[in-house]
Amino acid sequence: MASPDELLIAASSLSRVYGERRVLHDIDVAVRRGEVVGFLGPNGAGKSTTMRILSGVLAPSGGTVHIAGIDLLEHPIAAKRRIGYLPEQPPVYRELTVDEYLRYCARLRRVAACEAGAALARVKDRCSLQEVGARLIGSLSKGYQQRLGIAQAIVHSPEVVILDEPTVGLDPIQIREIRQLIRELRADHGVLLSTHILPEVQAVCDRVLLINAGRIVLDSTLAALSEATRGWRVRLRRPPPLETLKSLEGVQRVDMLDAQCFLIAGPQLDGEDFARRCVGADWGLIELAPQDRSLEEVFLRVTSGDLATEAA
Amino acid sequence: MTAAIAARELRSLFLSPLAWVILAVVVVILAYAFLVQVQVFTEIQPRLAGLPYAPGVTEIVAAPLFEFAAMILLLVAPLLTHRAIAAERRAGTLVLLQSAPVSSTQIVLGKYLGLLAFFALLALLVAAMPASLALGTVPDWRHLGACVLTLILLLSAFVAMGVLISSAVEEPIAAAMITFGALLLLKIIDWSTEVATETRTGVLMRYLSMSRHYEPLLAGRFASSDILYFVILTLVCLALAIWRLDADRLHG
Repeated sequence: MASPDELLIAASSLSRVYGERRVLHDIDVAVRRGEVVGFLGPNGAGKSTTMRILSGVLAPSGGTVHIAGIDLLEHPIAAKRRIGYLPEQPPVYRELTVDEYLRYCARLRRVAACEAGAALARVKDRCSLQEVGARLIGSLSKGYQQRLGIAQAIVHSPEVVILDEPTVGLDPIQIREIRQLIRELRADHGVLLSTHILPEVQAVCDRVLLINAGRIVLDSTLAALSEATRGWRVRLRRPPPLETLKSLEGVQRVDMLDAQCFLIAGPQLDGEDFARRCVGADWGLIELAPQDRSLEEVFLRVTSGDLATEAA
Repeated sequence: MTAAIAARELRSLFLSPLAWVILAVVVVILAYAFLVQVQVFTEIQPRLAGLPYAPGVTEIVAAPLFEFAAMILLLVAPLLTHRAIAAERRAGTLVLLQSAPVSSTQIVLGKYLGLLAFFALLALLVAAMPASLALGTVPDWRHLGACVLTLILLLSAFVAMGVLISSAVEEPIAAAMITFGALLLLKIIDWSTEVATETRTGVLMRYLSMSRHYEPLLAGRFASSDILYFVILTLVCLALAIWRLDADRLHG
């Protein structure tokens, strides 16, 4: 058994050029065993391209990828046995039944014939597909097809699971089940998960990678991120000029919400200390509440380009 | 792995109505052609009886039937082969193969063998017609065997060409049309008057012409160069298709 924080995906200096257009610039991705990494970024930032490279579908123009220590470019067959990949569009054959399809996937991923039955039963159980085993895939709802897409990615118990927007098209109950499934996968796999749904990252991920315009602009654990972005919401009856607030000790940034209300952020900012100063300067402190800046705000800030230094 | 891909391909073919319709239509048309040939034979048989070295029933019934089958299948093969890779690319299922631990060679060979198995079945159905003559006469089994082998060689080239073009063209229907065009061109390339000359073009055209390689085989004149022609055509097409799939990863 490998060590718990063994590096399962190690990609360094990945770049990708389409014709004249460079879509990835020196991307580094690291995913450890027992970790769910959320991969975020606006549309067209290079998320899907990166995931296609990591799953061996696309070759990078430069850089290296190691899957569980095996070079994906040098030994693609050996490395791909350890990868399960769900692309944006679930790769299902509509004319096959669920069982036929999963058996085919298991065979493609070199699950031994004698173990295929057990693998199928396990994966159908995990993805709640037991009742639809004999149904044609073409007649299944979008939610079932999406779950089948996840099932094919984990049927061979790969060490690395790469999921490109796994919860698209699911209803809230199914989303909760899939999140539960992803959390379970963490136990013995490394999971890289791309999504547009920011609460999803907060719900299941340990670490977040933010990509913008082909560059990684943020790589941080979720805990460190919320620590770094913690702030206070303060309401003052007689607020001083914005510059005065900004110059206070421990304050890194001040956002004005309205004439009397401000968001004050800084990792070392102490609430008690700040309150004492507000009272001392007679600014008429009427509200002071801790506020976690939401991931959404971080996302917007980073993609517009001014948090990169702050969270590093 | 190749076998798994081939089996899936064959299974999906038989799950689509198109394959069944093609089997039915081709068999009906060829059965009609076969009956016409039998009719011709029964009419001219008395006159043949007096001739020395007269052609037998296999030569008069089977050889033209297989030649007609070759022509029809040239039309029909692209209808089935065009989907091989183009449709998988379009439906997003090609990614399943590309992210699985299988090589491009295995993908292409799987597709080729799956489709060839279907067409080999069709060739056997065609062969069953002249073989049924055994109920009343003695067919030339060796000649009949040669005809079946020739048809399978020809179909192997058709399928390989179809897989190649399906790997290179995004639009499945366009792939079908181009496959048909390429195969037809190989068939009619010897129509040029140049063919009769000994110029370099003439020799090249004679070598490229598909008809010039299968007609002698159907007549029972086996030359290894003719067999080699189909083997080489198949291998070249498959190699190019593998190369094309590898290029997908690099340029995709």
